[in-house]
Amino acid sequence: MKIYVPLDSAARALGADQVAQVIAAEARNRGLTVQIIRNGSRGMIWLEPLVEVDLGQGRQAYGPVSPADVPALLDGKLSSLGPVEEIPFFARQTRLTFARCGVIDPLDLTAYQAHGGLAGLHRAIGMGSAQIVQEVADSGLRGRGGAGFPTGIKWKTVAEAQAAQKYIVCNADEGDSGTFADRMIIEGDPFSLIEGMAIAGIGVGATRGYVYLRSEYPVAIDILNRAVQIARENGLLGPQVLGSGHAFDIEVRVGAGAYVCGEETSLLNSLEGKRGVVRAKPPLPALEGFLGRPTVVNNVISLATVPVIFEKGAAHYADFGLGRSRGTVTLQIAGNVRHGGLFETAFGATLDQVVNQIGGGTASGRPVKAVQVGGPLGAYIPVEQFDTPLGYEELDQKGGLIGHAGLVVFDDSADMLRMARFAMEFCAVESCGKCTPCRIGAVRGVETIDRIAQGDPGAIELLTDLCDTMRDGSLCALGGFTPYPVMSALRHFPDDFATQKEAAE
Amino acid sequence: MHANAPAPAPDEIRALVAPLTALEGPLLPMLHALQREYGFVPQDAVPVLADLLNLGRAEVHGVISFYHDFRDAPAGRHVLKICRAEACQAMGCDAVAETALQRLGVDWHGTTRDGAVTVEPVYCLGLCACGPAAMLDGQVIGRVDRDRMGQLLDEVGA
Repeated sequence: MKIYVPLDSAARALGADQVAQVIAAEARNRGLTVQIIRNGSRGMIWLEPLVEVDLGQGRQAYGPVSPADVPALLDGKLSSLGPVEEIPFFARQTRLTFARCGVIDPLDLTAYQAHGGLAGLHRAIGMGSAQIVQEVADSGLRGRGGAGFPTGIKWKTVAEAQAAQKYIVCNADEGDSGTFADRMIIEGDPFSLIEGMAIAGIGVGATRGYVYLRSEYPVAIDILNRAVQIARENGLLGPQVLGSGHAFDIEVRVGAGAYVCGEETSLLNSLEGKRGVVRAKPPLPALEGFLGRPTVVNNVISLATVPVIFEKGAAHYADFGLGRSRGTVTLQIAGNVRHGGLFETAFGATLDQVVNQIGGGTASGRPVKAVQVGGPLGAYIPVEQFDTPLGYEELDQKGGLIGHAGLVVFDDSADMLRMARFAMEFCAVESCGKCTPCRIGAVRGVETIDRIAQGDPGAIELLTDLCDTMRDGSLCALGGFTPYPVMSALRHFPDDFATQKEAAE
Repeated sequence: MHANAPAPAPDEIRALVAPLTALEGPLLPMLHALQREYGFVPQDAVPVLADLLNLGRAEVHGVISFYHDFRDAPAGRHVLKICRAEACQAMGCDAVAETALQRLGVDWHGTTRDGAVTVEPVYCLGLCACGPAAMLDGQVIGRVDRDRMGQLLDEVGA
């Protein structure tokens, strides 16, 4: 009997480790031979810990399982959810990047290969640098970290740059609230990231890779370090990647709690051992990146998607999607939502479909008030705009951004003035301090919103003006995009900003 | 390291971080190594790091002070991190945090008088679909309501 108990942080946060321990102890007491496999999460967080039992006729899911449920589980008396693939939330997805996540033991390289792993890298090794870069360009893949820059163009720039040493840097500093796709793929299928980085390395002629992983993710740090070690021992990394003439190796670096280091130039400074201060662009990191050398900086999901593009071909990937948003998007449905979790689907689903149909509305059962799309720098979108399709350009037209595709749902008890104030407060805490609009503007923003709250009607105009200055004058997205949540809250929820004076009149 | 243990000697600090000198961009890994060993980055490490890396002391200090993670003094015996980011706010983390701070009688970043618990804000643990989230001594906990927070504080003897 095989029993799968996720080792994902979210599953652990909901008691998966205790469930695994009780299963082991109970099986011992009963003299049962049970193989416990710690897999990644299938992404249905409301069902975690989601345990799967395989008696030889396929995996049956149970969840959420508590330690007290274990005797009934082993007796076969617990009611089952059926196979995971038939649970509606899962059945509606198109899983390309996350195809293996939750299916296999993340550190089992043999299982990884049995599920399509390394096929992409083998194919890439047989291609030339130009062909690899063209394949990525043809897939239409754009940066999944938030900026949406075409990955193929970035790779081409680095491939054509002349330098003795080039680098692949993976941005795993996933600090946006409402996002956890990077964490999930690293904890659930780390070899896909390693394989993607190796393909990138061969494609652009880089022999060294770094993963800048945030310190808030201790489980991911541990799993990725072990996966890199296993990859080295099996010749997937090292002087001859899979026996080819290409050298590539990876080092995992841990961040130190600075949100701004998710910005690529700040990340590079941090990686070099400096304060995580933003650099002015140009020069582009593609030409002068880590230690001043040509560097590909890609997000985890972008890189972890590369293997499936090479395994199935660029055309297969590009067939999914909408307009200039090709392929799949790994939505992270979070906050006050009934069915939260990771939902991978072709670009183009509307917010209504995602929040109300897939997510099932709020967890509290109250009406949805707003959804913040794209992290702390994303706009609050009101229910009236829920017909907006999820795509890079589509959200941009609504004054928002898709960002890392995290969606945080709020019910009608949310106070949007308070959320706007928090956005400014967060920017003030996390500003790197290099540019004035962000460093000073965020502090003034908090004060101005406090003036609005205290009934100063002139302060609203001041706040609008301040947001314009921050948006147009900041060096990076932290100061530049903080106006998105602030102004969207002000624009769509004016009642929450109605001054006490007006309310009294 | 305990709060009243003697400060580490410069030689000891040097021996700990010197093997990392060959890394590309070694300062953050060195600071993490120091904090892992001592529970904080000792003030005496600044001249040692400056010397090893050919940096000014001010530069080293500037790096240490930039990052939220690095402490200049030991934390309490237990470290409780409570997420304050938007997804957890949508699930009521503010009320949970307030309860915890009130019961402990400290503000954010504070340590209880008996040295039992340090409370820190954290902006996202990646547990956004099972908030409010917290982390106690490196262990993640989801759906932390006031009762669960009370249990956690009981566990650490606060």
